[in-house]
Amino acid sequence: MHTILRVRRFNPESPNPAPYDQEYVLDLEPSETVLDGLLKIRETVDDSLTLRCSCRGAICGSCGMRINGHAMLACKTKIVTVAPHGGLIRVEPMSNMPVIKDLVTDMEPFWQKIRQVEPWLQPEGPPPETEYVVPQAAMQHLTGVMACIMCGVCVSDCTVWEVDSTFLGPAALAKAYRFVADPRDAATMRRLLALNQPTGMWDCTRCMECVEVCPKHVAPMDRIMALRAKGMSARVPSTCGSRHAEVFTDIIRQKGRLDEPLLAVKTLGLRNWGRLLSMLPLAIQSFIHRKLPPSGPLHRAIPGIRSIRRIFARVEKRS
Amino acid sequence: MATEIKTYDVVIIGAGLAGLRAALAAHEEGVSVAVLTKVYPVRSHSNAAQGGINAALTDRGDSWEEHAFETVKGGDYLSDQDAVEILAQEAGRDIIALEHMGVIFSRNEEGRLGTRRFGGQQRARTFFVSDFTGQAMLHVLYEQILRAKIPVYDEWFVTSLVHDEDGACAGAVAMDIKTGRLGTFAAKATIMATGGLGRVYEPSTNALICTGDGMALAYRAGAPLMDMEMVQYHPTTLKGKGLLITEAARGEGAYLLNSEGERFMARYAPTMMELASRDVVSRAEQTEILEGRGVNGCVLLDCRHLGKAFILDRLRQIYEEAKTFANIDLTEEPIPVRPGMHYQMGGIKADVDGRCWDPEGQWKGLVGLFAAGETACVSLHGGNRLGANSLLDTIVFGRRAGQCAAEFARTRLAPRLSPAMAEQDHRLIQSIIAREGTGETVAGLRYTMGTTMNRYLSVFRDEEGIETARRVIHELKERWNGVAIKDKGRIFNTGVIAVLELSMMLDCAEAIIHSASIRKESRGAHFRTDYLERDDEGWLKHILLYYRPDGPPEVAYLPVRITRWQPQARVY
Repeated sequence: MHTILRVRRFNPESPNPAPYDQEYVLDLEPSETVLDGLLKIRETVDDSLTLRCSCRGAICGSCGMRINGHAMLACKTKIVTVAPHGGLIRVEPMSNMPVIKDLVTDMEPFWQKIRQVEPWLQPEGPPPETEYVVPQAAMQHLTGVMACIMCGVCVSDCTVWEVDSTFLGPAALAKAYRFVADPRDAATMRRLLALNQPTGMWDCTRCMECVEVCPKHVAPMDRIMALRAKGMSARVPSTCGSRHAEVFTDIIRQKGRLDEPLLAVKTLGLRNWGRLLSMLPLAIQSFIHRKLPPSGPLHRAIPGIRSIRRIFARVEKRS
Repeated sequence: MATEIKTYDVVIIGAGLAGLRAALAAHEEGVSVAVLTKVYPVRSHSNAAQGGINAALTDRGDSWEEHAFETVKGGDYLSDQDAVEILAQEAGRDIIALEHMGVIFSRNEEGRLGTRRFGGQQRARTFFVSDFTGQAMLHVLYEQILRAKIPVYDEWFVTSLVHDEDGACAGAVAMDIKTGRLGTFAAKATIMATGGLGRVYEPSTNALICTGDGMALAYRAGAPLMDMEMVQYHPTTLKGKGLLITEAARGEGAYLLNSEGERFMARYAPTMMELASRDVVSRAEQTEILEGRGVNGCVLLDCRHLGKAFILDRLRQIYEEAKTFANIDLTEEPIPVRPGMHYQMGGIKADVDGRCWDPEGQWKGLVGLFAAGETACVSLHGGNRLGANSLLDTIVFGRRAGQCAAEFARTRLAPRLSPAMAEQDHRLIQSIIAREGTGETVAGLRYTMGTTMNRYLSVFRDEEGIETARRVIHELKERWNGVAIKDKGRIFNTGVIAVLELSMMLDCAEAIIHSASIRKESRGAHFRTDYLERDDEGWLKHILLYYRPDGPPEVAYLPVRITRWQPQARVY
């Protein structure tokens, strides 16, 4: 199949180091992968094309790169899925990390965040004579998150990291979850308190990007949500994030629909004058455009509120 | 060219399971340790071990003697039995230690570690994490390295080992791939843990980084390679790129079928069927294919009767793999598989403490060098490795090598190396970069090497084929001098690395060929159609090769160490 790979190249040692695109026209089988294409280029056209790759089977995590704008493993991405009828495929290095050369990124920012969550088991006291005896059910679900191969794809496409590189990020948070959820680990509260800090678990905006791009179905965002739930039930100090969740739930339970001004005030806290004042222009604008919903006593419960409460009761009974 | 010299008590080359386990063990002994690796540790090929790790846990009624015996029988009696006894006896302790570090082994109903069955063994003694056991272990060991704050030099490529004035190994010269600069690492003890040499073959189940670096580096520096003719072909690999389908599939009950729908293993191994040892199953498959009962050069692996839920729980990775790379839903149709190059039983000769020299002087070696894992040959696996013994090998002998290296380092003074030690490697790299193109490419030579090896040094071998391969590899070594690369830079020059790796692979290929030509019998994975029988009278011994830069290697022999199991006919 006639395929064009448009590869973003960058040579740091050229006289004017600037990224540029180079196109390679190849004949590829639809079942071949983008990595097959890149290796073909390297073997037959241009051996200076630089990338990391090793296992060819989506287990080593070396070949993360952006393909048609989304990060993925080149070895797992078939030509037919990204260019069903042949044609152009854009290949670029991963985002949110500095580029060293061509498709090779500097992974240090990634590893730095991983190290930050103290990613090792911290049990209490000396280990038992034999293995820790733990029900399989309490362990089996961890295989889903242990499937993470640290490829960096989720970090590349994380929309929070893009605007705030101090965010721990999806990979490190998923890794942290792996220990928080491990019954053998005894540092749970300390871990949750650390994750409760700014740049931690409350900074995710739930954009789902990491869930969509993860080649191993680790679903980092779901792990972050699970961390939040664990943090709240462990009663870590409340944050804007946790209050937002609690107040949101309370309002819906009482009224069946959102009371946005009340949500803002209760989330930020009545004494948080600075933040509240900063919201004022938005409130005024909304009011002028008649988009400020009635609040407080004026905010009435919806007609079907009883059904809403029944749903709450049922969900709460189940968990 | 002067380079910076970094000094440690123990330097470990390679960050797979053996290297990381060795690093932890040496660190726990209180010496200074550094790890050099050409990739990030979690990229290492230990990741690819899918099915599990063997251990006879005596507290649940298994017997280490049975595990040891099955290992010896699996190895067609070429294993050194003292080493196998250590492996089987220490396995339980090391598995439990891994569990304590955090590996999430699958558990039984009582919440204790559960097992599955693997080939060549009567009993289920394989501990596992779904079907990504190697990955789960590698990531946990790396966690422990982070906990211990052991320095890891990521993406440093070792170009040679260095010697002190007495000729002992004193560390290594390595290139920082990110900058292209060379550095010298002075070490009282050096542990080689670089894994296998799969890319000498094409196709192979091995990752692209498995280029036999450690074997070639040690061999060139004076350590002997042993049992290099023993190359394992795995019975279930995918056509094309040769990706691996875990033995756990058969361990969990999958069948092998020929084109007539027959479970043909009944004719080759009536008792153990699909779970006979790998060399036996691979030969059976190849025979079926050669006799016209294959399906497009493959046989069929049938998992359907296991049921979808079971497959998704216990064989999830291969389910995904079959879907992605073969476009097959394992739960609905059988998948074509064939024997494919998988593992090197041979390697750098090492004793049971990882030493690549003999303190008693019965064989010549390289003082100060240790080896563990696939790159080493403690001769556990003999002529054929049992499934799920390789992970165990890395853990037990990685730990032992780390402990012994630390002990050895305490008795030594830090070697004094000259900053000029890297000069020769620097000049070689400069000359490779400077070469003008002659039309020779790494890819071209590598492909010829790989397909030649896969044709003549595979499941079946004979003298004519071996000699043909020898001529081809010899010619490729000549042509290697003409290989040029386009990238003239220093930063992340993967072209230079590929040229250096190719030369290491050619040395490994030569060693395999030479050993295979010498062993005139059929034993384990080394099956010669011109010498069909095992010959214990003449060949119950190891073949050692010493590197000679300008000619064929020097050959020596060592007797097989037999403790309690005399060679018997091998029936499955």
